[in-house]
Amino acid sequence: MAIRYNIRMAGVGGQGVVTGSHIFSTAVINAGGESTIVPFYGSEKRMAPVESYVRVSNEPIYEIGEITFPHILMIFHPQCITHGKSYTNPFYYGLKQDGIVLINSNNPMTLEPDQAAELKDLNAKIYYLPATQMSLDVAGIDLATNMAMVGAIGAITGLSNLEACGTAVKDRFLGKGFVVSGGTAALDSVVERKFKKKAELIDKNLAVVKAGWDYAVDNGWTLGASSMSDQTDAKAKASA
Amino acid sequence: MSEGLEAEVKTNPQGDPITSAPEAPKADSGKGRKDPHGDAKRQVEVSPEFMFNEAPREREFITGSECAKEAVRRSNVDMSVAYPITPQSETLQLIGVLYGEGYVKEFYRGEEEYGVMSAIAGASRAGVRAFTATAGPGTLRGLEPIVSWAGHRLPAVCMFTCRVVNAPLAIQPDNIEIAYLLNSGMLVFHAENQQDLFDFIMKGFIISEKNDVTLPVGVCCDGFFVTHARGYCSMQDKGFKLPARDPYRGSVPVLDAENPPARLSRDAPVQKSNFMAYNIHAVWQQEVWAGVERSRKYIEQYMDGLLEAQDVDGADVLLIASGSAAAQSREAVRQCTERGIKAGLIKIRSLRPFPTNELRRLCTKAKLIVIPEFNFVGWLAKDVATAIYGFSNAKIVAGPHVYGGMSMPVEMITDEIECGLTGKKSNTVPPSAIMGVADPAAVAEFMKSI
Repeated sequence: MAIRYNIRMAGVGGQGVVTGSHIFSTAVINAGGESTIVPFYGSEKRMAPVESYVRVSNEPIYEIGEITFPHILMIFHPQCITHGKSYTNPFYYGLKQDGIVLINSNNPMTLEPDQAAELKDLNAKIYYLPATQMSLDVAGIDLATNMAMVGAIGAITGLSNLEACGTAVKDRFLGKGFVVSGGTAALDSVVERKFKKKAELIDKNLAVVKAGWDYAVDNGWTLGASSMSDQTDAKAKASA
Repeated sequence: MSEGLEAEVKTNPQGDPITSAPEAPKADSGKGRKDPHGDAKRQVEVSPEFMFNEAPREREFITGSECAKEAVRRSNVDMSVAYPITPQSETLQLIGVLYGEGYVKEFYRGEEEYGVMSAIAGASRAGVRAFTATAGPGTLRGLEPIVSWAGHRLPAVCMFTCRVVNAPLAIQPDNIEIAYLLNSGMLVFHAENQQDLFDFIMKGFIISEKNDVTLPVGVCCDGFFVTHARGYCSMQDKGFKLPARDPYRGSVPVLDAENPPARLSRDAPVQKSNFMAYNIHAVWQQEVWAGVERSRKYIEQYMDGLLEAQDVDGADVLLIASGSAAAQSREAVRQCTERGIKAGLIKIRSLRPFPTNELRRLCTKAKLIVIPEFNFVGWLAKDVATAIYGFSNAKIVAGPHVYGGMSMPVEMITDEIECGLTGKKSNTVPPSAIMGVADPAAVAEFMKSI
C-alpha cells in the first residue's frame, strides 16, 4: 500500500521555507523513501509570500509540478493567514478532506468565521506548533523556525527519522550545496555568521528539529497506521 | 608542481577553458599538465546497439538540462550553435562547457534563432552531426528554417523545451509549440522525464541519420518541469560515444568540393510557378513523409516502440498522454487502481510518426479514453481521435487541459475519469470536447470542436 502525502509549505521570504522543504525531502530519501520538491518562484524577497511543494511516499513518484490539492498544509508564518501572504487564497485552498494544517503559532488563532466553517466542513485537523518560540528557546535565534517545522512534519508523516533529518541538515550546510537563489546564498552566510561556527550551527539546528519532532509526538499528531491514503481507500470502498 | 600548472588553465565565467586566449609557451611542454580535451580524446566509439542495450549504466539524480548535456557528451556531436531563451538557456550553456572540454568540435553563439537554425542546416548539409535547442518563441522564430530541414533531408537533433508562446506571454511550460512542429516533416519525440530526454537525444541522432530516414529529429519536453527539475537518469560511462556521422551514407549527397548543393531550392524550375515546380515539390514532400514512415522500424528497434502501454489489458479507462501529462497520468492510474477502477496508460513517445496502428489495436476494448494535455488546443486529442475513428467505441474526452504554465493536478484527471464513467457533468471539459458513442450528431460536433 502506497503511503503518499502531498505537502504545501507556505511562509514568507527569509524563513527558509524552500530550505526546509529541501531538508525534509532529503531526510525522507535518506530514510529510504521517495520525495520530490517544487519551489514556487515568486518575488523571492524578505517577508513576501513563498511556497514550496513536497511530495513524500514509500513508492516512486511520477507526477510533477505544484500541488493544488495537498493532504498537509504547513503555514510557517501567521501573516500567511492574517495578511493574505499566500499564493493560494484562502490559505487552505485545495486542502483535501480530513487534511492537516500545521501552523507556526504559539496559540490557537482566531480564524475568520467563514474560513473556520469551511475548514470544519473539510474535517481538517489544525495543529499549532510554536516553531519560532522553539527556535528562540533552543537555538537562541528565530532563524531555525523552519527546523522546528521540519521536525514536526517528519514526526507527523512517519516517512523519515531523526537520524535521516540530521544527515539532511548536515548535507545542506556541509555538502555540495543546494543553492536555490542568490538571496538564499546570502542568507546562508548571515546564518553562518550568527552561529559563529558551522558545527555549532548544525548542532543547534538539529536540537530544534528534535524539539519540533518531540512536540508533534507528545501531542499525538503522528499519523501512524491511520494514514490518509488508507482513509481515501476506506472511503472509496464505502462508496463502491 | 603539476597541480600548479593545472590550476593555470584559464576559464571564462561558465567554467569552460579559454583555448583561444594566447598563452606563453611552457618550458616543460605539458609534463603532468592536464589536457582540457584529454577525456574527450580518450572516448571510445561503440555501436549504437552496445551503447543503448549493453553498456552498463549508473543512475544519477540530475536536471533535464544536465541530461541533455550528458546525452550530447556521448553522441559524438560535431557542431552546436547556441542562442539563449528560457528555459532552454542552461542546456546550451552546458553544451558550451562540453565544447570547452573537447566533446563538441565546433560551437558558437548565434545571432538569433533564424540564424541558428539556418546554421544547423548548413552544418548538416556539410555532413556533420549537429545539435541545438530552443524554446517557445525561439521555436517559432526559427520555424522557417526548421520546416525546410526535412525537405532538404538534413539529419540533426533539435531539442525543444516547450514554453508559452501565445498571449499573454510567459516563460512557463505549455507545449502548444509542438502543434507547429507536427507538420514540419521532422520526427517529433516527446520526453516524459529526464531519462527520456537523455535517451531520446542519443537515439534521435542514430535514427535521424539512417539512410532510409535522413530527416531531422525534434526532441520535445515540457520546460522547467523536465529541464529545471531533477530526476533519476541512468547513463552509460562517459568514456563511450556513438559512432561519428557517416555523411556519405545519407540518402542525398552532402555538400563538398565535388557535390554542389543539389538540395537547395534555388533553381529556376523550382522557384517558378510551373508544373515542373509542382512536380518537384510533390516528390520532395512524398519523400519526406515516406522517410517519416520508414523511421518506425528504428523507433521500435531503439526506443521500445512509438508508445508505452501500461496496464492496458482489461482496462475500462485508458489515459493517452505524452510528456509531462504522461507523468501526471501515471499517478492518476495509481489512484484509480487504489479505488478499484481499471485504468491503463498509453504514453506516446513518438508523435511523428504517430502510432496509429498501435492505438487502433490497444483502444478496441476501452470504454472511456481521457486525453490530458498541457496546452489549450488539444493537439494530441485531435491526432488520437483521427487515428482510432471507426476502430473504437470508447467515449473520448479531449481533456482536461492546463495551459499558461500551470501544473496539472492529478485530481483533474481522476475527476474526468469519474465524470466519464458516471455521466456526471465535468467541471473543466465542455460537452463539445467529449465524444459520446451512440449519437452521430455528437460525433460530428466533437470532430468539429476538438
